[in-house]
Amino acid sequence: MSTNIFEDNTAQSEAFHSNLSSRHRSGRIWHFVFQASTLIGIIALTVLLLNVLDSTFGYIAVEDEINPADLAINGIPIEQLHQIDLVWILEQNVSKGLFRRLESEMPWEERTREEIYDLVVARVVNPTVVDTWSLRESIFNRNQVFQEAAEKYPGARVEFKSWLSSAFLATPQSPEPERAGVRTAILGSLWTIAITIVFAFPLGVGAAIYLEEYATDTPINRLIQTNINNLAGVPSIIYGILGLAIFVRALEKFTSGAVFGLVDPTTANGRTIISAGMTLGLLILPLIIINAQEAIKAVPNSLRQASFGMGATRWQTVWHHVLPNAVSGILTGTILAVSRAIGETAPLVVVGASTFITFDPDGPFSKFTTLPIQIYQWTARPQDEFRNIAAAAILVLLALLLSMNATAILLRNRYSTKF
Amino acid sequence: MAKKDIELAIEARNLSIYYGDFRAVTEVNLKVVQNKITAIIGPSGCGKSTMLRAFNRMNELVPTAWAEGEVLYHGKNIYDPDVDPVEVRRRVGMVFQKPNPFPKSIYDNVAWGARVNGYKGNMDDLVEQSLKGAAIWDEVKDKLDQNGLSLSGGQQQRLCIARTIAIKPDIILMDEPCSALDPIATLHIEELMRELSEDYTIIIVTHNMQQAARVSDYTAFFNLGEGRTGILDEFGETDKIFTNPDHQTTEDYITGRFG
Amino acid sequence: MAQQTETITSHTAKSVVTDSFNRTLDLRKRSRWGESIIQAILFFCGAVSILTTIGIVYELGKESASFFTTQLWEQTNRTLQGSIDEFTTEFDVSTTGFSMEAGDIIRIGEEAMQVVAFNEGEGIITVQRGAQETEITSHRKGEELFSSIRVSLVEFFTSTRWNPQIGYFGIWPLLNATLMTATTAMIVALPLGLSIAIYLSEYATTRARSILKPILEILAGIPTVVYGYFALTFMTPLLRSILGRDVVEIYNTASAGIVIGILIIPMVSSMSEDALSAVPRALREAAYGLGATKLETAIKVVVPAAVSGIVAAFIVAISRAIGETMIVAIAAGAGPNFTFNPFRPAETMTGHIVRISGGDLSYDSIDYNSIFAIGLFLFFMTLTLNIISQRVVRRFREVYE
Repeated sequence: MSTNIFEDNTAQSEAFHSNLSSRHRSGRIWHFVFQASTLIGIIALTVLLLNVLDSTFGYIAVEDEINPADLAINGIPIEQLHQIDLVWILEQNVSKGLFRRLESEMPWEERTREEIYDLVVARVVNPTVVDTWSLRESIFNRNQVFQEAAEKYPGARVEFKSWLSSAFLATPQSPEPERAGVRTAILGSLWTIAITIVFAFPLGVGAAIYLEEYATDTPINRLIQTNINNLAGVPSIIYGILGLAIFVRALEKFTSGAVFGLVDPTTANGRTIISAGMTLGLLILPLIIINAQEAIKAVPNSLRQASFGMGATRWQTVWHHVLPNAVSGILTGTILAVSRAIGETAPLVVVGASTFITFDPDGPFSKFTTLPIQIYQWTARPQDEFRNIAAAAILVLLALLLSMNATAILLRNRYSTKF
Repeated sequence: MAKKDIELAIEARNLSIYYGDFRAVTEVNLKVVQNKITAIIGPSGCGKSTMLRAFNRMNELVPTAWAEGEVLYHGKNIYDPDVDPVEVRRRVGMVFQKPNPFPKSIYDNVAWGARVNGYKGNMDDLVEQSLKGAAIWDEVKDKLDQNGLSLSGGQQQRLCIARTIAIKPDIILMDEPCSALDPIATLHIEELMRELSEDYTIIIVTHNMQQAARVSDYTAFFNLGEGRTGILDEFGETDKIFTNPDHQTTEDYITGRFG
Repeated sequence: MAQQTETITSHTAKSVVTDSFNRTLDLRKRSRWGESIIQAILFFCGAVSILTTIGIVYELGKESASFFTTQLWEQTNRTLQGSIDEFTTEFDVSTTGFSMEAGDIIRIGEEAMQVVAFNEGEGIITVQRGAQETEITSHRKGEELFSSIRVSLVEFFTSTRWNPQIGYFGIWPLLNATLMTATTAMIVALPLGLSIAIYLSEYATTRARSILKPILEILAGIPTVVYGYFALTFMTPLLRSILGRDVVEIYNTASAGIVIGILIIPMVSSMSEDALSAVPRALREAAYGLGATKLETAIKVVVPAAVSGIVAAFIVAISRAIGETMIVAIAAGAGPNFTFNPFRPAETMTGHIVRISGGDLSYDSIDYNSIFAIGLFLFFMTLTLNIISQRVVRRFREVYE
């Protein structure tokens, strides 16, 4: 009898055993699949960043209209020439009309030597980028790059260029990629975001306080909450259309600055920074509310009870106890929402970001462009050089976002209260 | 016991409290004597805390809670529609189960309540008096600007008491104030309660029967009635309740047969 | 007890007492204007979100309504070949120009007419005069003919050609492109997102999770315009080098769709992971207790238990993919194109809105109104998906809380 059981057991455990090993095998395979999927996510991020870096730096081939060496006077290269000689070079090499126009813009005597030198380089030497290579090619196929450049552009010099430079940050838009910068776009982004924050932060925090501290379970309050959750899922472009209809068109008198007598003579319509800022404000309002609600929920109830128990009113309780303890969470959530707004492009295209402006925005009623808009417009151009400056602008945008997120994390760690 | 005129601090008349449809406490009649300690005891879930919170309308912070009946305070029903719960809570202070000092300095913890209630006198004096009144002055007088949360549990609870007496209430409600504390800290708080009863009326909820016997003058025994609602089973002087209760259930509970 | 009640008799009679707080024993409600005003302001803040929704529905609805009701007149490039009086119903028009069919409404001067027959070869048109209650008048030689365009809802939802300028209003080319990019995106994002969620929730160590999750968050935080750049400068060249330059065009829906997929991976994975980690530990332990392997526990017990949360994540992801704009605007191409070939350019609804509004857009033009009609359609599509996903999530919560 006992042998029978033993035999049965053996038979069964053999059956189990073979089955188990195949189960473990498929377990290992799927473990690998899951791990690989995660890896793909990380690879995607890495490739994305490398792809941007790849276009930001690299060799370029530059052809000069006139070799600077030919401009040397008595063997002195133009870098060391005196101001008067540089003016003379200009006079010799540019058309009379242009020379007179430059002089009438600002007399030669009032210009610094550096300015005139830059003019000589821009107008006389007139370098043009004839080809660009990616960072990858520049590092791994350096010799090939030089060979190719020598064959295709015998007169060109090859130099390593970082499209991201201090000049890139400081110069305004230009139709020529070599001279274009993101100054206008950065300022436009900052102005727009400032309006967004001024508009959305008080409203969002107010709504969150209302929903968490005041609202009772009534149909209207439930509607508000459901509505906020749904608004958070509306595509951003819909907000752009809303902004176009309301801020740009219906409130044109206000958003163009006409009621304040502040109309920008070059626009005279509602496609201004304030329209853009308020559109983005509406867009991130649900995010700010939801994040602030989370922060307020995290304040322990015992504090509210203590405060009420001492005869404080609701607002005294909120102002003295709930908000001070929720503030770091509210700020963190707001920064995250604002960084979403900084990267938004589509609604601003619809609201009417300018395609080309070169002057700095000077207030809420100016025309505007922003960093993402600039990236979009440059990416859409077919020439390679525009891809390079688009990549450089992307790096600027990512740096901006990264620093904001770092601030958010610092805030969270520094001011978080432990209960 | 001589017939003397005993002043009432607060009185519940036919008070029932509901959470939505659920009646948590049913038709309670309870008279709380001025400058005495009244203990509320009873098995868990019988509505002791709910009853306590009815005396300063703290139950209203639960959105579904509502009350029926009267709570008379100086002859005025605090549940009358024209009564402001904020005013009630200024007169009827509260100390909670878990010490809950504000995450502010010790000084501000005490001063805050007085400040929002419009205190016009010398704040430093008030803070010192209150902390002395709560028997914690000697321990904290050198670190008034430290965060209240840096104190030990027992100290935190005494800070909460100091904070409550700073707004000069008539009545102090204490909701199991020692349940989160060690025995030594508990002893401190109990001694403090006896001292405080000279100036204040104290109502304390406790499930520690020795504590009720040690500190209270009157004891109210709550029990679960039909439909799991809380009812006041027996009320009287503590000595009588603990030595010779009228009801069998009270005796069973006190001697540990249930609860 | 009876004795007690006798002795406890009176309430303190001090009805008006003041103390150092200058308080009286008056418990009456004080009018707290500040409190009420603050509460009203806070309520207004909450109500702004309702106003936003009303604004969206009202503005989109209003302009869409005018899109579907306004009668527009289009030049036919045909003119009257001879003067006609009030009674002429058949007359000569120039033989070149846009075609007309019986039933069309045309306009000469202020008068509308309904075409009864049109002989294109000879340029003879037969009409019924004074259509749409216009006044019948005489017309001189050389006056121009306009033909009426009116957008019908039927055409909007059935036609496969979109070109409002010349009178084609079928949403299908745009919708089709949207569905193609969204489908491609889901093919990429669903399996990867779910795998990542399972890995993070069931396999990864705490340490690995603490490194991987922030990386995925970074992926989610990158602006979509950067993804657009990535699609155009990396994904498209990659596809072209794999599949051949003659197969894959520079602008195509496949590369836009794949990159949208990458964009929404973090969203799918984080929402699914939340659902997976909400499954009670006891359920896993029960499975292990029955001798299940880790994989069997994950796939056959945890995933089915979390399925509604995962489904909700998928639905939200679809809604996000449909509404995604910049990637398709940059990489999918311009111009409505009804095609099922993912390697050819096609314009999505969002891409179309961006292209049309990027130029100079004059108010009340057919283009201006058309973006509102498309926007309204898009709004209801995404709203429906979001509401469905919330329903699914709510059901899920009821089970486990």
